[in-house]
Amino acid sequence: MAGLKTRAAILSVLFLVVFLGAWQLATAPPGAPERELTEYEIMMGLGAGSGAGMPAPTEVFSLAWEELSRPFHDSGPNDKGIGLQLLYSVGRVLAGFALAVVVAVPIGFLIGMSPVLNNALNPYIQVLKPISPLAWMPLALFTIKDAATSAIFVIFICSIWPMLVNTAFGVASVKRDWLNVARTLELSSIRTALFVILPAAAPTILTGMRISIGISWLVIVAAEMLVGGTGIGYYVWNEWNNLDIAAVIFAIIMIGIVGMLLDAVLAQAGHFLRYQE
Amino acid sequence: MSLHFIEVENLARAFPQPGRQPPLKVFEHVNFTIEKGEFICVIGHSGCGKSTILNILAGLDAASDGAFVMDGKEVSGPSRDRGVIFQNHSLLPWLSALGNVSFAVRARWPEWSRRQVREHSLSYLKMVGLAGAEHKKPSELSGGMRQRVGIARAFAIEPKLLLMDEPFGALDALTRGVIQDELLEIWGRTHQTVFMITHDVDEAILLADRVMLMTNGPDARIAESVVIDIPRPRDRSAIHQHPEYYTIRNHLVDFLITRSKSLQGRVGGPGQQPRSVNPVRGTGVPDRGGTPRVVGGTG
Repeated sequence: MAGLKTRAAILSVLFLVVFLGAWQLATAPPGAPERELTEYEIMMGLGAGSGAGMPAPTEVFSLAWEELSRPFHDSGPNDKGIGLQLLYSVGRVLAGFALAVVVAVPIGFLIGMSPVLNNALNPYIQVLKPISPLAWMPLALFTIKDAATSAIFVIFICSIWPMLVNTAFGVASVKRDWLNVARTLELSSIRTALFVILPAAAPTILTGMRISIGISWLVIVAAEMLVGGTGIGYYVWNEWNNLDIAAVIFAIIMIGIVGMLLDAVLAQAGHFLRYQE
Repeated sequence: MSLHFIEVENLARAFPQPGRQPPLKVFEHVNFTIEKGEFICVIGHSGCGKSTILNILAGLDAASDGAFVMDGKEVSGPSRDRGVIFQNHSLLPWLSALGNVSFAVRARWPEWSRRQVREHSLSYLKMVGLAGAEHKKPSELSGGMRQRVGIARAFAIEPKLLLMDEPFGALDALTRGVIQDELLEIWGRTHQTVFMITHDVDEAILLADRVMLMTNGPDARIAESVVIDIPRPRDRSAIHQHPEYYTIRNHLVDFLITRSKSLQGRVGGPGQQPRSVNPVRGTGVPDRGGTPRVVGGTG
Protein backbone atom coordinates (compact mmCIF):
# COMPACT_ATOMS: atom_id res chain seq x y z
CA MET A 1 0.00 0.00 0.00
CA ALA A 2 1.38 3.35 -0.99
CA GLY A 3 1.89 6.02 1.64
CA LEU A 4 -0.70 8.62 2.52
CA LYS A 5 1.08 11.32 0.57
CA THR A 6 1.37 9.23 -2.60
CA ARG A 7 -2.29 8.29 -2.47
CA ALA A 8 -3.29 11.89 -1.91
CA ALA A 9 -1.12 12.99 -4.83
CA ILE A 10 -2.66 10.39 -7.13
CA LEU A 11 -6.15 11.53 -6.12
CA SER A 12 -5.14 15.16 -6.65
CA VAL A 13 -3.98 14.50 -10.17
CA LEU A 14 -7.13 12.49 -10.81
CA PHE A 15 -9.33 15.40 -9.74
CA LEU A 16 -7.41 17.72 -12.04
CA VAL A 17 -7.75 15.35 -15.00
CA VAL A 18 -11.49 14.95 -14.41
CA PHE A 19 -11.94 18.70 -14.07
CA LEU A 20 -9.93 19.52 -17.20
CA GLY A 21 -11.70 16.75 -19.11
CA ALA A 22 -15.11 18.06 -18.15
CA TRP A 23 -14.05 21.57 -19.04
CA GLN A 24 -12.71 20.45 -22.41
CA LEU A 25 -15.92 18.53 -23.17
CA ALA A 26 -18.15 21.40 -22.12
CA THR A 27 -16.38 23.85 -24.33
CA ALA A 28 -15.82 21.53 -27.32
CA PRO A 29 -17.19 23.09 -30.50
CA PRO A 30 -20.35 21.29 -31.53
CA GLY A 31 -20.91 20.21 -35.11
CA ALA A 32 -21.77 22.65 -37.85
CA PRO A 33 -24.48 25.06 -36.89
CA GLU A 34 -27.90 23.91 -38.05
CA ARG A 35 -28.80 27.26 -39.45
CA GLU A 36 -27.19 30.53 -40.34
CA LEU A 37 -26.91 32.85 -37.34
CA THR A 38 -28.65 36.11 -37.56
CA GLU A 39 -26.48 39.18 -37.46
CA TYR A 40 -27.90 39.95 -33.99
CA GLU A 41 -26.95 36.54 -32.65
CA ILE A 42 -23.42 36.87 -33.97
CA MET A 43 -23.01 40.28 -32.40
CA MET A 44 -24.34 39.14 -29.07
CA GLY A 45 -22.32 35.95 -29.08
CA LEU A 46 -25.47 33.89 -28.74
CA GLY A 47 -24.68 31.35 -31.43
CA ALA A 48 -24.06 27.79 -30.29
CA GLY A 49 -20.90 27.76 -32.41
CA SER A 50 -19.22 30.32 -30.22
CA GLY A 51 -19.29 27.83 -27.33
CA ALA A 52 -20.86 30.62 -25.27
CA GLY A 53 -17.45 32.30 -25.61
CA MET A 54 -15.85 30.04 -23.03
CA PRO A 55 -12.32 29.00 -24.01
CA ALA A 56 -11.27 25.38 -23.79
CA PRO A 57 -8.40 24.47 -21.43
CA THR A 58 -6.16 23.91 -24.42
CA GLU A 59 -6.67 27.52 -25.46
CA VAL A 60 -5.81 28.69 -21.96
CA PHE A 61 -2.70 26.51 -21.96
CA SER A 62 -1.47 27.75 -25.30
CA LEU A 63 -2.02 31.33 -24.17
CA ALA A 64 -0.26 30.59 -20.88
CA TRP A 65 2.68 29.11 -22.77
CA GLU A 66 2.89 32.14 -24.98
CA GLU A 67 2.61 34.57 -22.06
CA LEU A 68 5.03 32.72 -19.83
CA SER A 69 7.65 32.44 -22.57
CA ARG A 70 8.03 36.22 -22.50
CA PRO A 71 6.73 37.28 -19.10
CA PHE A 72 8.46 40.65 -18.87
CA HIS A 73 7.84 42.15 -22.29
CA ASP A 74 6.52 45.67 -22.38
CA SER A 75 4.90 46.82 -25.58
CA GLY A 76 2.88 49.74 -24.32
CA PRO A 77 0.26 50.27 -21.66
CA ASN A 78 -2.11 47.59 -22.89
CA ASP A 79 0.43 44.91 -23.70
CA LYS A 80 2.70 44.10 -20.81
CA GLY A 81 3.97 40.66 -19.84
CA ILE A 82 2.13 38.82 -17.07
CA GLY A 83 5.30 38.69 -14.98
CA LEU A 84 5.65 42.44 -15.18
CA GLN A 85 2.01 42.99 -14.18
CA LEU A 86 2.41 40.57 -11.25
CA LEU A 87 5.58 42.37 -10.17
CA TYR A 88 3.70 45.68 -10.12
CA SER A 89 1.02 44.13 -7.92
CA VAL A 90 3.45 42.31 -5.62
CA GLY A 91 5.45 45.54 -5.34
CA ARG A 92 2.38 47.48 -4.23
CA VAL A 93 1.36 44.77 -1.80
CA LEU A 94 4.84 44.63 -0.27
CA ALA A 95 5.08 48.43 -0.02
CA GLY A 96 1.69 48.76 1.69
CA PHE A 97 2.37 45.71 3.83
CA ALA A 98 5.79 46.98 4.93
CA LEU A 99 4.30 50.33 5.89
CA ALA A 100 1.64 48.53 7.87
CA VAL A 101 4.28 46.43 9.68
CA VAL A 102 6.18 49.58 10.62
CA VAL A 103 3.03 51.13 12.06
CA ALA A 104 1.10 48.14 13.41
CA VAL A 105 3.82 46.22 15.24
CA PRO A 106 5.04 49.09 17.48
CA ILE A 107 1.50 50.30 18.18
CA GLY A 108 0.38 46.74 18.80
CA PHE A 109 3.30 46.41 21.24
CA LEU A 110 2.15 49.48 23.16
CA ILE A 111 -1.46 48.34 23.20
CA GLY A 112 -0.42 44.90 24.37
CA MET A 113 1.70 46.28 27.18
CA SER A 114 -0.75 48.89 28.39
CA PRO A 115 -4.28 47.84 29.34
CA VAL A 116 -5.24 51.52 29.50
CA LEU A 117 -4.17 52.14 25.92
CA ASN A 118 -5.86 48.92 24.90
CA ASN A 119 -9.20 50.01 26.34
CA ALA A 120 -8.79 53.51 24.95
CA LEU A 121 -8.05 52.44 21.38
CA ASN A 122 -10.18 49.34 21.19
CA PRO A 123 -13.44 51.11 20.14
CA TYR A 124 -11.68 52.80 17.22
CA ILE A 125 -10.03 49.59 16.12
CA GLN A 126 -13.35 47.77 16.26
CA VAL A 127 -15.01 50.43 14.08
CA LEU A 128 -12.16 50.76 11.59
CA LYS A 129 -11.46 47.05 11.21
CA PRO A 130 -14.65 46.01 9.37
CA ILE A 131 -14.46 48.83 6.79
CA SER A 132 -13.83 47.49 3.32
CA PRO A 133 -10.43 48.84 2.32
CA LEU A 134 -11.84 49.89 -1.07
CA ALA A 135 -14.17 52.30 0.69
CA TRP A 136 -11.06 54.32 1.52
CA MET A 137 -10.17 54.60 -2.16
CA PRO A 138 -12.02 57.86 -2.97
CA LEU A 139 -10.63 59.49 0.14
CA ALA A 140 -7.15 58.29 -0.77
CA LEU A 141 -7.45 59.52 -4.35
CA PHE A 142 -8.75 62.88 -3.14
CA THR A 143 -6.01 63.47 -0.57
CA ILE A 144 -3.04 61.73 -2.16
CA LYS A 145 -3.98 62.66 -5.74
CA ASP A 146 -1.92 59.82 -7.13
CA ALA A 147 -3.49 56.57 -8.25
CA ALA A 148 -0.50 54.28 -7.64
CA THR A 149 0.12 55.64 -4.14
CA SER A 150 -3.59 55.38 -3.37
CA ALA A 151 -3.48 51.68 -4.16
CA ILE A 152 -0.57 51.29 -1.75
CA PHE A 153 -2.53 53.20 0.87
CA VAL A 154 -5.47 50.85 0.45
CA ILE A 155 -3.18 47.88 1.00
CA PHE A 156 -1.70 49.60 4.04
CA ILE A 157 -5.10 50.22 5.58
CA CYS A 158 -6.33 46.69 5.00
CA SER A 159 -3.24 44.92 6.31
CA ILE A 160 -2.78 47.04 9.42
CA TRP A 161 -5.68 45.58 11.46
CA PRO A 162 -4.87 41.88 11.66
CA MET A 163 -1.26 42.73 12.56
CA LEU A 164 -2.30 45.31 15.15
CA VAL A 165 -4.76 42.99 16.85
CA ASN A 166 -2.46 39.97 16.76
CA THR A 167 0.60 41.88 17.98
CA ALA A 168 -1.38 43.34 20.88
CA PHE A 169 -2.73 39.92 21.76
CA GLY A 170 0.67 38.24 21.50
CA VAL A 171 2.36 40.88 23.63
CA ALA A 172 -0.40 40.89 26.24
CA SER A 173 -0.24 37.12 26.64
CA VAL A 174 3.51 36.83 27.22
CA LYS A 175 3.94 34.69 30.30
CA ARG A 176 4.38 36.52 33.57
CA ASP A 177 7.24 34.14 34.48
CA TRP A 178 9.31 35.18 31.48
CA LEU A 179 8.83 38.84 32.33
CA ASN A 180 9.85 38.06 35.91
CA VAL A 181 13.05 36.47 34.62
CA ALA A 182 13.79 39.69 32.78
CA ARG A 183 12.99 41.74 35.86
CA THR A 184 15.22 39.73 38.19
CA LEU A 185 18.04 40.16 35.65
CA GLU A 186 17.43 43.91 35.66
CA LEU A 187 16.94 44.04 31.90
CA SER A 188 16.04 47.49 30.58
CA SER A 189 12.57 47.89 29.09
CA ILE A 190 14.00 48.03 25.59
CA ARG A 191 16.04 44.86 26.08
CA THR A 192 13.03 43.15 27.66
CA ALA A 193 10.91 44.15 24.68
CA LEU A 194 13.53 43.00 22.17
CA PHE A 195 14.82 39.83 23.79
CA VAL A 196 11.86 38.54 25.80
CA ILE A 197 8.55 39.97 24.59
CA LEU A 198 9.36 40.06 20.88
CA PRO A 199 10.49 36.43 20.57
CA ALA A 200 7.65 35.33 22.85
CA ALA A 201 5.05 37.13 20.77
CA ALA A 202 6.72 36.49 17.39
CA PRO A 203 4.58 33.49 16.39
CA THR A 204 1.36 35.43 17.09
CA ILE A 205 2.66 38.51 15.30
CA LEU A 206 3.57 36.39 12.31
CA THR A 207 0.11 34.87 12.23
CA GLY A 208 -1.22 38.42 11.97
CA MET A 209 1.20 39.14 9.14
CA ARG A 210 0.10 36.05 7.31
CA ILE A 211 -3.56 37.05 7.53
CA SER A 212 -2.62 40.57 6.44
CA ILE A 213 -0.70 39.55 3.36
CA GLY A 214 -3.54 37.24 2.35
CA ILE A 215 -6.06 40.07 2.61
CA SER A 216 -3.69 42.45 0.80
CA TRP A 217 -3.43 40.09 -2.13
CA LEU A 218 -7.22 39.82 -2.28
CA VAL A 219 -7.61 43.58 -2.18
CA ILE A 220 -4.88 44.56 -4.66
CA VAL A 221 -6.75 42.95 -7.58
CA ALA A 222 -9.87 44.98 -6.89
CA ALA A 223 -7.86 48.13 -6.17
CA GLU A 224 -6.00 47.87 -9.46
CA MET A 225 -9.24 47.32 -11.34
CA LEU A 226 -10.35 50.69 -9.98
CA VAL A 227 -7.04 52.48 -10.31
CA GLY A 228 -5.95 51.05 -13.66
CA GLY A 229 -2.65 51.52 -15.43
CA THR A 230 -0.60 48.57 -14.29
CA GLY A 231 -0.86 45.45 -12.16
CA ILE A 232 -2.59 42.12 -12.34
CA GLY A 233 -5.97 43.59 -11.40
CA TYR A 234 -5.74 46.01 -14.30
CA TYR A 235 -4.63 43.15 -16.54
CA VAL A 236 -7.75 41.15 -15.69
CA TRP A 237 -10.01 44.11 -16.30
CA ASN A 238 -8.23 45.01 -19.53
CA GLU A 239 -8.54 41.47 -20.88
CA TRP A 240 -12.20 41.44 -19.92
CA ASN A 241 -12.66 44.60 -21.96
CA ASN A 242 -10.87 42.80 -24.80
CA LEU A 243 -13.24 39.85 -24.22
CA ASP A 244 -10.13 37.65 -23.97
CA ILE A 245 -11.61 35.15 -21.51
CA ALA A 246 -8.65 32.79 -21.88
CA ALA A 247 -6.35 35.55 -20.63
CA VAL A 248 -8.71 36.25 -17.73
CA ILE A 249 -8.64 32.58 -16.70
CA PHE A 250 -4.89 32.50 -17.06
CA ALA A 251 -4.61 35.61 -14.86
CA ILE A 252 -6.90 34.05 -12.26
CA ILE A 253 -4.64 31.02 -12.05
CA MET A 254 -1.56 33.23 -11.75
CA ILE A 255 -3.19 35.27 -8.98
CA GLY A 256 -3.82 32.06 -7.09
CA ILE A 257 -0.25 30.83 -7.50
CA VAL A 258 1.35 34.11 -6.44
CA GLY A 259 -1.01 34.37 -3.44
CA MET A 260 -0.04 30.86 -2.43
CA LEU A 261 3.67 31.73 -2.68
CA LEU A 262 3.27 34.88 -0.56
CA ASP A 263 1.48 32.85 2.09
CA ALA A 264 4.08 30.10 1.93
CA VAL A 265 6.93 32.57 2.55
CA LEU A 266 5.28 33.86 5.73
CA ALA A 267 4.28 30.37 6.81
CA GLN A 268 7.93 29.36 6.52
CA ALA A 269 9.03 32.39 8.52
CA GLY A 270 6.43 31.52 11.13
CA HIS A 271 7.72 27.97 11.29
CA PHE A 272 11.18 29.33 11.93
CA LEU A 273 10.03 31.53 14.81
CA ARG A 274 7.67 29.09 16.44
CA TYR A 275 8.68 27.55 19.72
CA GLN A 276 7.30 24.78 21.80
CA GLU A 277 6.68 25.20 25.46
CA MET B 1 26.54 48.62 60.85
CA SER B 2 24.20 45.66 60.73
CA LEU B 3 25.35 42.45 62.28
CA HIS B 4 23.65 40.06 59.91
CA PHE B 5 24.00 39.54 56.18
CA ILE B 6 20.26 39.77 55.69
CA GLU B 7 17.81 41.42 58.03
CA VAL B 8 14.11 41.41 57.42
CA GLU B 9 12.24 43.74 59.72
CA ASN B 10 8.50 43.88 60.34
CA LEU B 11 7.68 42.78 56.84
CA ALA B 12 3.95 42.82 56.09
CA ARG B 13 1.84 42.38 53.02
CA ALA B 14 -1.84 43.20 52.70
CA PHE B 15 -3.94 42.72 49.61
CA PRO B 16 -6.84 45.04 48.88
CA GLN B 17 -10.23 43.36 49.06
CA PRO B 18 -13.21 44.07 46.86
CA GLY B 19 -15.79 46.48 48.16
CA ARG B 20 -15.39 48.11 51.53
CA GLN B 21 -13.76 45.20 53.29
CA PRO B 22 -10.51 45.98 55.05
CA PRO B 23 -7.36 44.83 53.24
CA LEU B 24 -6.43 41.20 53.80
CA LYS B 25 -3.25 40.94 55.85
CA VAL B 26 -1.53 37.82 54.57
CA PHE B 27 1.36 38.16 57.00
CA GLU B 28 2.81 40.78 59.28
CA HIS B 29 5.56 41.25 61.85
CA VAL B 30 7.82 39.00 59.83
CA ASN B 31 11.32 39.34 61.25
CA PHE B 32 14.27 37.16 60.52
CA THR B 33 17.97 37.26 59.81
CA ILE B 34 20.15 35.19 57.53
CA GLU B 35 23.91 34.83 57.74
CA LYS B 36 26.17 34.64 54.75
CA GLY B 37 26.38 31.11 53.37
CA GLU B 38 23.34 29.88 55.26
CA PHE B 39 20.78 27.58 53.71
CA ILE B 40 17.33 28.55 54.93
CA CYS B 41 14.14 26.64 54.22
CA VAL B 42 10.67 28.03 54.87
CA ILE B 43 7.78 25.70 55.55
CA GLY B 44 4.16 26.60 55.97
CA HIS B 45 0.74 25.69 54.72
CA SER B 46 -0.60 27.07 51.46
CA GLY B 47 -1.84 30.61 51.81
CA CYS B 48 0.54 31.64 54.58
CA GLY B 49 2.29 33.98 52.18
CA LYS B 50 5.65 32.25 51.94
CA SER B 51 5.78 32.74 48.18
CA THR B 52 4.86 36.39 48.71
CA ILE B 53 7.80 36.78 51.09
CA LEU B 54 10.07 35.26 48.48
CA ASN B 55 8.67 37.55 45.78
CA ILE B 56 9.28 40.55 48.01
CA LEU B 57 12.86 39.44 48.61
CA ALA B 58 13.21 38.98 44.86
CA GLY B 59 11.81 42.45 44.28
CA LEU B 60 8.92 41.15 42.20
CA ASP B 61 6.37 42.20 44.79
CA ALA B 62 6.38 45.16 47.14
CA ALA B 63 5.83 44.87 50.88
CA SER B 64 3.06 46.91 52.46
CA ASP B 65 5.30 47.59 55.38
CA GLY B 66 8.73 46.72 56.73
CA ALA B 67 12.24 46.63 55.42
CA PHE B 68 14.65 44.20 53.81
CA VAL B 69 18.30 44.93 54.43
CA MET B 70 21.02 43.00 52.64
CA ASP B 71 24.71 43.60 53.22
CA GLY B 72 23.89 46.74 55.19
CA LYS B 73 21.78 48.28 52.44
CA GLU B 74 18.03 48.43 52.24
CA VAL B 75 16.85 46.92 48.99
CA SER B 76 13.76 47.43 46.93
CA GLY B 77 12.95 46.24 43.43
CA PRO B 78 14.60 43.36 41.61
CA SER B 79 18.32 43.18 41.07
CA ARG B 80 20.95 40.86 39.73
CA ASP B 81 22.45 40.26 43.15
CA ARG B 82 19.43 38.06 43.91
CA GLY B 83 18.87 35.01 41.74
CA VAL B 84 15.51 33.29 41.57
CA ILE B 85 14.65 29.70 40.76
CA PHE B 86 10.96 29.56 40.01
CA GLN B 87 8.65 26.66 40.65
CA ASN B 88 7.98 26.00 36.98
CA HIS B 89 11.51 26.46 35.64
CA SER B 90 10.41 29.51 33.56
CA LEU B 91 13.04 28.96 30.91
CA LEU B 92 12.65 30.92 27.70
CA PRO B 93 11.41 28.22 25.30
CA TRP B 94 12.91 29.73 22.15
CA LEU B 95 16.43 29.58 23.58
CA SER B 96 18.54 26.47 24.04
CA ALA B 97 19.72 25.36 27.48
CA LEU B 98 22.99 27.20 26.87
CA GLY B 99 21.09 30.18 25.48
CA ASN B 100 19.02 30.42 28.63
CA VAL B 101 22.04 30.35 30.91
CA SER B 102 24.11 32.77 28.83
CA PHE B 103 21.11 35.10 28.55
CA ALA B 104 21.36 35.57 32.31
CA VAL B 105 25.17 35.64 32.34
CA ARG B 106 25.26 38.32 29.64
CA ALA B 107 22.79 40.42 31.61
CA ARG B 108 24.90 40.01 34.76
CA TRP B 109 28.24 40.88 33.18
CA PRO B 110 27.50 42.94 30.05
CA GLU B 111 31.20 43.72 29.62
CA TRP B 112 32.19 40.08 29.13
CA SER B 113 33.22 38.77 25.73
CA ARG B 114 31.13 36.18 23.92
CA ARG B 115 33.69 33.51 24.74
CA GLN B 116 33.76 34.37 28.40
CA VAL B 117 29.96 34.23 28.58
CA ARG B 118 29.91 30.92 26.78
CA GLU B 119 32.59 29.29 28.88
CA HIS B 120 31.11 30.52 32.15
CA SER B 121 27.64 29.29 31.14
CA LEU B 122 28.94 25.94 29.96
CA SER B 123 30.79 25.36 33.20
CA TYR B 124 27.55 25.79 35.16
CA LEU B 125 25.62 23.54 32.78
CA LYS B 126 28.33 20.97 33.31
CA MET B 127 27.96 21.36 37.05
CA VAL B 128 24.31 20.30 36.85
CA GLY B 129 25.22 17.40 34.57
CA LEU B 130 23.92 18.85 31.34
CA ALA B 131 27.15 18.83 29.33
CA GLY B 132 26.24 17.60 25.87
CA ALA B 133 22.63 18.74 26.09
CA GLU B 134 23.44 22.44 25.96
CA HIS B 135 21.97 22.95 22.49
CA LYS B 136 18.64 21.35 23.29
CA LYS B 137 15.54 23.49 23.63
CA PRO B 138 13.60 23.26 26.91
CA SER B 139 10.83 21.39 25.09
CA GLU B 140 13.33 18.66 24.24
CA LEU B 141 14.41 18.24 27.86
CA SER B 142 12.71 16.29 30.62
CA GLY B 143 11.16 18.10 33.59
CA GLY B 144 14.17 17.34 35.76
CA MET B 145 16.63 18.54 33.15
CA ARG B 146 14.68 21.77 32.69
CA GLN B 147 14.83 22.46 36.40
CA ARG B 148 18.58 21.73 36.25
CA VAL B 149 18.94 24.41 33.59
CA GLY B 150 17.02 26.74 35.91
CA ILE B 151 19.43 25.89 38.72
CA ALA B 152 22.44 26.43 36.45
CA ARG B 153 21.02 29.77 35.34
CA ALA B 154 20.47 30.93 38.92
CA PHE B 155 23.88 29.80 40.19
CA ALA B 156 25.69 31.10 37.09
CA ILE B 157 24.99 34.73 37.91
CA GLU B 158 26.57 34.11 41.32
CA PRO B 159 23.99 36.08 43.26
CA LYS B 160 24.50 37.21 46.82
CA LEU B 161 21.20 35.58 47.70
CA LEU B 162 19.58 32.71 45.88
CA LEU B 163 15.81 32.44 46.18
CA MET B 164 14.03 29.19 45.38
CA ASP B 165 10.27 28.86 45.28
CA GLU B 166 9.45 25.16 45.65
CA PRO B 167 11.96 24.36 42.94
CA PHE B 168 11.24 20.65 42.97
CA GLY B 169 7.50 20.82 43.51
CA ALA B 170 6.68 19.85 39.95
CA LEU B 171 9.08 16.89 39.78
CA ASP B 172 8.47 13.23 40.46
CA ALA B 173 9.93 11.77 43.65
CA LEU B 174 12.89 9.98 42.02
CA THR B 175 14.02 12.95 39.96
CA ARG B 176 13.52 15.19 42.93
CA GLY B 177 15.88 13.06 45.02
CA VAL B 178 18.58 13.11 42.38
CA ILE B 179 18.39 16.87 41.96
CA GLN B 180 18.37 17.41 45.73
CA ASP B 181 21.66 15.53 45.85
CA GLU B 182 23.06 17.66 43.07
CA LEU B 183 21.89 20.83 44.76
CA LEU B 184 23.54 19.74 48.02
CA GLU B 185 26.75 19.07 46.17
CA ILE B 186 26.74 22.40 44.33
CA TRP B 187 25.87 24.24 47.51
CA GLY B 188 28.69 22.45 49.33
CA ARG B 189 31.08 23.84 46.74
CA THR B 190 29.74 27.37 46.39
CA HIS B 191 28.29 28.08 49.84
CA GLN B 192 25.72 30.25 48.23
CA THR B 193 23.28 31.91 50.63
CA VAL B 194 19.94 30.26 49.92
CA PHE B 195 16.38 31.09 50.89
CA MET B 196 14.14 28.26 49.78
CA ILE B 197 10.44 27.55 50.09
CA THR B 198 9.31 23.99 50.29
CA HIS B 199 6.36 21.84 51.26
CA ASP B 200 8.51 18.87 51.95
CA VAL B 201 9.71 18.35 55.53
CA ASP B 202 12.33 15.77 54.55
CA GLU B 203 13.70 18.03 51.86
CA ALA B 204 14.03 20.84 54.39
CA ILE B 205 15.91 18.66 56.88
CA LEU B 206 18.22 17.37 54.18
CA LEU B 207 19.11 20.78 52.80
CA ALA B 208 18.72 23.44 55.45
CA ASP B 209 20.84 24.90 58.23
CA ARG B 210 17.69 26.41 59.64
CA VAL B 211 14.02 25.85 58.92
CA MET B 212 11.63 28.72 59.42
CA LEU B 213 8.13 27.68 60.30
CA MET B 214 5.22 29.87 59.38
CA THR B 215 1.81 29.88 60.99
CA ASN B 216 -1.26 29.77 58.81
CA GLY B 217 -2.49 32.82 56.96
CA PRO B 218 -4.02 35.31 57.09
CA ASP B 219 -2.06 37.11 59.77
CA ALA B 220 0.73 34.63 59.30
CA ARG B 221 4.01 35.07 61.19
CA ILE B 222 7.25 33.21 61.31
CA ALA B 223 6.84 31.40 64.60
CA GLU B 224 9.99 29.34 64.92
CA SER B 225 13.43 29.11 63.49
CA VAL B 226 14.48 25.49 63.88
CA VAL B 227 18.19 24.72 63.86
CA ILE B 228 19.13 21.60 61.89
CA ASP B 229 22.58 20.67 63.09
CA ILE B 230 22.91 17.27 61.44
CA PRO B 231 26.52 17.42 60.26
CA ARG B 232 27.37 17.95 56.62
CA PRO B 233 27.99 16.55 54.12
CA ARG B 234 24.56 14.99 54.41
CA ASP B 235 23.59 11.91 52.51
CA ARG B 236 20.03 11.58 51.37
CA SER B 237 20.06 7.80 51.53
CA ALA B 238 21.40 7.68 55.09
CA ILE B 239 20.13 10.84 56.72
CA HIS B 240 16.94 9.25 58.05
CA GLN B 241 19.09 6.86 60.07
CA HIS B 242 20.71 9.72 61.88
CA PRO B 243 19.67 9.54 65.56
CA GLU B 244 18.44 13.14 65.57
CA TYR B 245 16.51 12.92 62.35
CA TYR B 246 13.15 11.92 63.73
CA THR B 247 13.35 14.28 66.68
CA ILE B 248 13.67 17.12 64.21
CA ARG B 249 11.15 15.67 61.81
CA ASN B 250 8.54 15.15 64.53
CA HIS B 251 9.02 18.68 65.70
CA LEU B 252 8.42 20.06 62.22
CA VAL B 253 5.45 17.81 61.53
CA ASP B 254 3.94 18.66 64.92
CA PHE B 255 4.17 22.29 64.03
CA LEU B 256 2.47 21.82 60.70
CA ILE B 257 -0.32 19.72 62.18
CA THR B 258 -1.14 21.60 65.38
CA ARG B 259 0.85 24.71 66.16
CA SER B 260 0.67 26.29 62.70
CA LYS B 261 -3.06 26.65 63.37
CA SER B 262 -3.13 27.26 67.12
CA LEU B 263 -0.47 29.95 66.91
CA GLN B 264 -2.12 31.72 63.99
CA GLY B 265 -1.98 35.46 64.61
CA ARG B 266 -0.82 34.90 68.20
CA VAL B 267 2.96 34.90 68.05
CA GLY B 268 5.48 37.55 67.37
CA GLY B 269 5.01 41.24 67.20
CA PRO B 270 6.80 44.32 66.01
CA GLY B 271 10.52 43.64 65.92
CA GLN B 272 10.27 40.20 67.50
CA GLN B 273 12.49 37.54 66.05
CA PRO B 274 11.05 34.05 65.73
CA ARG B 275 11.77 31.74 68.61
CA SER B 276 14.99 29.85 67.97
CA VAL B 277 14.41 26.15 68.51
CA ASN B 278 16.81 23.25 68.66
CA PRO B 279 14.61 20.17 69.03
CA VAL B 280 17.61 17.90 69.61
CA ARG B 281 19.00 19.84 72.53
CA GLY B 282 15.52 20.71 73.64
CA THR B 283 16.14 24.44 73.70
CA GLY B 284 13.23 26.70 72.88
CA VAL B 285 10.88 23.77 72.42
CA PRO B 286 7.38 24.87 73.35
CA ASP B 287 5.17 22.97 75.76
CA ARG B 288 3.64 19.84 74.42
CA GLY B 289 0.19 20.55 73.09
CA GLY B 290 1.23 23.82 71.62
CA THR B 291 0.26 26.20 74.40
CA PRO B 292 1.19 29.49 72.89
CA ARG B 293 3.81 31.23 74.90
CA VAL B 294 4.56 34.56 73.39
CA VAL B 295 8.29 34.58 73.72
CA GLY B 296 10.56 36.74 71.72
CA GLY B 297 13.51 34.70 70.58
CA THR B 298 16.92 36.02 71.33
CA GLY B 299 18.02 35.53 67.72
